[in-house]
Amino acid sequence: MSVQENQSLTEAPLEGSFPPIGDYGIIGDCRSAALISKHGSIDWLCWPRFDSPSVFAALLDRERGGSWSISLANGDFLSRAYLPNTNILETRFEAPSGTMTLTDLMPVRENTSLVPDHEIIRQVACTSGEAEIQVVMEPRVKYGEATPRLERRGNLGVRFCYGRGVFWLRSSLPLMTSGGSAALRHKLRAGESLLFSLSYTENAPAVLPDLNQLPARISVCANWWKNWAAQLRYQGEFRDEVLRSALTLKLLTFVLSGAVVSAPTTSLPERMGGSLNWDYRYCWLRDASLTIRNMLELGYLDEAAQFLDWMLHATRLTQPELRILYTVFGNPPPRERQSTVLGGYRNSAPVRFGNAARDQLQLDVYGEVIDAASLYAFHGGMLDREMQKTLVGLGNYVVKHWNKPDEGIWEPRTGRRDHTHSRLMCWTALDRLVSLAEQGKLTPPNLHDYRRNRDALRHQISTRGWNDRLQSYVSVLDGDELDASLLLLSWYGFEKAESPRMQSTYRAIRKCLTARGQLLYRYRTSPPEGAFAICSFWEAEYLALGGGNSDECRRLMKALFQYQNDLGLYGEEIDADTGEALGNFPQAFTHIGLIGAALSLDQRVKGEQQLAHRAETARQALAAQGDPS
Amino acid sequence: MNWSSWILSGFVATVVLSAALATSQGLGLTRMNLPYLIGAAITHDRDKARWYGFVAHMFNGWAFSIIYVLVFEATRNTKWWFGLILGLVHALFVLSIGMMLLPTLHPRMASERHGPTSRRQLEPPGFMALNYGYQTPISVFLSHAAFGSILAGLYRLH
Repeated sequence: MSVQENQSLTEAPLEGSFPPIGDYGIIGDCRSAALISKHGSIDWLCWPRFDSPSVFAALLDRERGGSWSISLANGDFLSRAYLPNTNILETRFEAPSGTMTLTDLMPVRENTSLVPDHEIIRQVACTSGEAEIQVVMEPRVKYGEATPRLERRGNLGVRFCYGRGVFWLRSSLPLMTSGGSAALRHKLRAGESLLFSLSYTENAPAVLPDLNQLPARISVCANWWKNWAAQLRYQGEFRDEVLRSALTLKLLTFVLSGAVVSAPTTSLPERMGGSLNWDYRYCWLRDASLTIRNMLELGYLDEAAQFLDWMLHATRLTQPELRILYTVFGNPPPRERQSTVLGGYRNSAPVRFGNAARDQLQLDVYGEVIDAASLYAFHGGMLDREMQKTLVGLGNYVVKHWNKPDEGIWEPRTGRRDHTHSRLMCWTALDRLVSLAEQGKLTPPNLHDYRRNRDALRHQISTRGWNDRLQSYVSVLDGDELDASLLLLSWYGFEKAESPRMQSTYRAIRKCLTARGQLLYRYRTSPPEGAFAICSFWEAEYLALGGGNSDECRRLMKALFQYQNDLGLYGEEIDADTGEALGNFPQAFTHIGLIGAALSLDQRVKGEQQLAHRAETARQALAAQGDPS
Repeated sequence: MNWSSWILSGFVATVVLSAALATSQGLGLTRMNLPYLIGAAITHDRDKARWYGFVAHMFNGWAFSIIYVLVFEATRNTKWWFGLILGLVHALFVLSIGMMLLPTLHPRMASERHGPTSRRQLEPPGFMALNYGYQTPISVFLSHAAFGSILAGLYRLH
């Protein structure tokens, strides 16, 4: 590598406009994550964990958020991809003078040797000709509220402090610092490279990585991800998409507790320029059942067990009541507040931290948690006495409260109603408990109550949740509105997918909620928000479960793949007009939906038993064994 | 010298010193993790370093208390404030001379002059350990003052 003198501080290459949400890629270390634009700019990073205050937040404010960009002078984005079977991102740039490759990763803790607690490694290499790289780092900590002073510390690198932690930036060449920014401009020739390491710790002494060891550590990290990916059991026709989704879910799993955050970002808008901007850096119990199912069926039994364990432990303080969402350590999320600094993505204000949904009543979460435990048991997992006690407690709570109105799955802030989906999940809760009892895996003292209330729920959903005029199940009891969660009636085994009622419900949903082409709105709003990505995957899964045929499911999934970004990532919603990603990004729930649909399709193609029918299958198996219950 | 009294008071004072330092890290007064700092001199395994460092620090504090006890015996003074003053002197020594020598003595500590190497990767403490947080000296002074005064309060002269 030729060593040239650094030139003066470069101009910050922040674009005046925001890149599309789908322009971002994600890297992470299973404790926190960073979003990187196609321009090589880290525009979002929260340390030390997903829901910590940001260090870089240009994602939400180009001027005040802070970022760390590495780009090619006079160059353009060429392409990018993850290294195969990893979460290591490689972005290629080209300029008239040459080409450059930028490799970004957050090393997963490889072993117990001396490495930084939290680190981003960036390697930039000139692959042909000559490449003039420009580096600008402008940290703006605590959601842009503070500009830390960057200090050069000789050969140790550049450091800055904020709160309890210290950040160290090390680089192959010294960076010029000025107040709150550090910069470098340097020409590389083909074959030359530069390395950067930004680390954070709240423990002193901090570990300052030896840059010479970084290439080896990149390989170790790549191997870690490859080994994890190699455990994937799914060999179906959408393996690439499923693997990317699984890798994304793993990245969003907080390794110290097993919790899965819904998304690594806050306040990316569901409606551009609007105020539907929420903080998703927490764990929603709602995602539990489908996440566990995915992990179990993909072969990640440890992750499933860890997640279930987290869920039952995190909820201990409030049991038998469950909160809707928790932090990764099982605490209630902070109260919602609005940023006074960040202007929001494309002026979609306010930017929120914390989540007011924490105070909502959403009865469906009981069904999600109990169904997750039941899936775990169905796949051979042992429910220990503590788990059994917890499940019985939750079941008793459902028996007492299922008839209450709640905020429901979509968390509207307009009051409580009698949501059919919530009733469905209460039915699911009791049905699974009865099923577990019948299989001898649980001994609830009030099994009779469970059966009686389960049957009452079925009766209520079948009568008041059904609208004769619309020939469809409806969102709210005795109502006449539809929402896409009704597609889950089949997945949870309440109604067979091929039943006339489900078929006509599906037709009604298609008629009422179709956005553009194959997309679905979750419900009707005015003005309309984006199409809700997971709803389309629910539709695909419904088709795979018997609502349609394999080809229909396959066609729909292929159509939905057009809306993923070039890295295979999905946001929460999709702009029905432009196809752009909307909402927090990437979104675990959408990837969970993708995996679920792919699994059900694969099972259907192979003629294997589908999970939606597990309770029935379990009963049939018992009946075949002569069990009278 | 009252050996049994030294063993007991030295142990109690060291436990309080360790707890005070750990608490001040937890409260955000300092980032300094003394067991980790000491243990990393013994092993490069960060998990083991904390454990080894904790044990080493306990023995170190215990052993160091013998100097206090010798001063108590020599001056025949075990007033708590006298112990407190000794603790402050001790802290000053640790922060000034100890921290200055640390990059040379610690086999895994980097220096601003040479930068990190494959073996020396730990951030040096800097003057008065300020690199580990601007309030680190406060934490060190307070915990050592507690160490000295508890030692003086518990020790019974021979």
